Amino acid sequence: MTGKDTQNDGKMTGAEIVLRALKDNGVEHVFGYPGGAVLPIYDEIFQQDDIQHILVRHEQGAGHAAEGYARSTGKPGVMLVTSGPGATNAVTPLQDALMDSIPLVCLSGQVPTTLIGSDAFQECDTVGITRPCTKHNWLVKDVNDLAATIHEAFRIATTGRPGPVVVDIPKDVQFATGTYTPPAATQPKGNYKPKMQGDLERIRAAVELMAGARRPVIYSGGGVVNSGPEASQLLRELVELTGFPITSTLMGLGSYPASGKNWLGMLGMHGTYEANMAMHDCDVMVCIGARFDDRITGRLNAFSPNSKKIHIDIDPSSINKTVRVDVPILGDVGRVLEDMVRLWRATANKADKSHLNDWWENITRWRARNSLAYRPNDDVIMPQYAIQRLYEKTKHLDTYITTEVGQHQMWAAQFYGFEKPNRWMTSGGLGTMGYGLPAALGAQIAHPESLVIDIAGDASVQMTMQEMSSAVQYNAPIKIFILNNQYMGMVRQWQQLLHGNRLSNSYTEAMPDFVLMAQAFGAHGIRCEKPGDLDDAIQEMIDVKKPVLFDCRVANLANCFPMIPSGKAHNEMLLPDEATDEAVANAIDAKGRQLV
Amino acid sequence: MNAHLQPTGSAYFIDKETQAVESHTLSVLVTNEPGVLARVIGLFSGRGYNIESLTVSETEHEAHLSRITIVTRGTPHVLEQIKAQLERIVPVHRVVDLTVRAVDLGSDRPVERELALIKVAGSGEARVEALRLAEAFRAKVIDATVGHFIFEITGKPSKIDQFIAIMKPMGLIEVCRTGIAALNRGPQGM
Repeated sequence: MTGKDTQNDGKMTGAEIVLRALKDNGVEHVFGYPGGAVLPIYDEIFQQDDIQHILVRHEQGAGHAAEGYARSTGKPGVMLVTSGPGATNAVTPLQDALMDSIPLVCLSGQVPTTLIGSDAFQECDTVGITRPCTKHNWLVKDVNDLAATIHEAFRIATTGRPGPVVVDIPKDVQFATGTYTPPAATQPKGNYKPKMQGDLERIRAAVELMAGARRPVIYSGGGVVNSGPEASQLLRELVELTGFPITSTLMGLGSYPASGKNWLGMLGMHGTYEANMAMHDCDVMVCIGARFDDRITGRLNAFSPNSKKIHIDIDPSSINKTVRVDVPILGDVGRVLEDMVRLWRATANKADKSHLNDWWENITRWRARNSLAYRPNDDVIMPQYAIQRLYEKTKHLDTYITTEVGQHQMWAAQFYGFEKPNRWMTSGGLGTMGYGLPAALGAQIAHPESLVIDIAGDASVQMTMQEMSSAVQYNAPIKIFILNNQYMGMVRQWQQLLHGNRLSNSYTEAMPDFVLMAQAFGAHGIRCEKPGDLDDAIQEMIDVKKPVLFDCRVANLANCFPMIPSGKAHNEMLLPDEATDEAVANAIDAKGRQLV
Repeated sequence: MNAHLQPTGSAYFIDKETQAVESHTLSVLVTNEPGVLARVIGLFSGRGYNIESLTVSETEHEAHLSRITIVTRGTPHVLEQIKAQLERIVPVHRVVDLTVRAVDLGSDRPVERELALIKVAGSGEARVEALRLAEAFRAKVIDATVGHFIFEITGKPSKIDQFIAIMKPMGLIEVCRTGIAALNRGPQGM
């Protein structure tokens, strides 16, 4: 049965419907891996040119690549996997996308409907397994529901608080013939309708509170990035109009430029002293598209004790979840900011910002504490120095940065300055080691001419190293900048803090030779061991038009400071110059040890 | 079930929750589609909330709507969070905390009823006594032999608890309860 024959009477096979639905939803790239239960879809992919399929080496890689693609473009990422192990391998990126609110559409093959429940080869209960790690999921049992379900999947993934969805398609449904309905002709089912516009009275109350503030702070998050570039523009406008200091979560970096004069740096567990002190001492906090995550708040009963809190979020369950707020505003960040900026402009007497002078003086004092300081070294590359040099050598270029998870991730967040949204892709909520390399692949596929760098750790990068092979296959010149200290640095740091410096299994005794590994993949390998060679080596990495594994040998025992130890408050930070071995060993008390 | 484990929402709540734990009845209107009950129950188990009673049935056939009635326990803060989390589920149409609504409407609880089938076996004095008590509780006999009765009883859960307790010494064999069905008083719907 060929595509042409079936189209004549308006009927298509399920597999054709899948491809057509993807195309009609604006999909240009799909990351996936074939297998028995998706062969009909792969057969259709073979017979068309509109959608490019990127073959990964492991389904987890497909998911993270699709996440990187989504985060760097603002469009949904699409992954295609087979039944059973294909679907279970997709679970990690699905949960990752759920926690970081990334629009991700996963299509999975399933055994034929007649075999479901029979423990067939490569069968698993995909909708059951992925139910808690998706925003919504579907098993399509009738080919005539397929098109509408895929359209609905894209709508749910991309609207409201974005998230991952799964459409599970049995093999017989892929072969069956049915009717295709285009997205416009498909009626949205059910009651799903996210509230976009914020309540004007609430916004007015917020503006009033902000106008009377003496020690205000804006705390922005990933929701600003998700809301689109206009939201970031409006955020910048609001900061300019109000003169308020602004800090951001890990996920929100880039919405406000790191070079902006009101920028305090990132806040939270490894945030700057000035950002955390401002959060602790403020009288009005404006939380915009962030969710009071435990990495941000520290000890909750000591979190910003004397402030009135305004919270803008599209998800009602984020409001009052962990922190009680005074003015909750439900709606899309962009729309709410638009109203907020308009109302602020309409209220007179805003040009004079002198009432904030005392507050800014305080902040200047905190800044002078220089909480990101580290001891420079002429013989060994300090990891912080490596990021600083990487930033200096790439800041004028069209650059996208991804990371793995651990110390290198925090150093990247602290030392790489982000000027624009959608340029920074990292696994914040789930903390998935192995995220960065495939995410870089996804970002590079979306932006073939840009410089895409994965700032990696030696341990994380080995979790999804196989995707180097995909990068080589698709000439995606991703740069994997490995801060190699031979340790799982963040694990070791916590063992030093909590477990008497007993470094259980956090040292990698058999480290592969990353340069030889790069060659084996057909990529380019670079090793750098001396601070003096670093600039030239980074330049070589940028110039090579191939995927690069950059083995940057850094000081083995450097730790990531400043830090709010578990169970402590924002004003009880451990600063780098105070972090002696003894201070580190005693930083966390018995109660705090139980926390994550 | 695990009422002693206060769901906190974060590991960083070192302080004990100071609000008092309350029992609330939630009405959840959902699309009647496969897996919808699993989504609701999975939410409760995944986030550590309690379910004390659960009743599900299709209530509007044409509109494909089912009504799930859940009795849960938690502090007001947790109950508010449960409602918000339920509302995030895509096929959930509406969630109403009937207990909160009842207070708004001027009564202290919604109307709550449960049906139970109770099998009692015995002979002689105990058998006569069981029948006499059943009459006092307005329980109906729906099956009987010379050696047993099955009683059908409807009422508030507390009434059913009491009836089961006094049937114990009369030769109680087994009990089946439907869980709580609830509506609010007055002419308005949920």
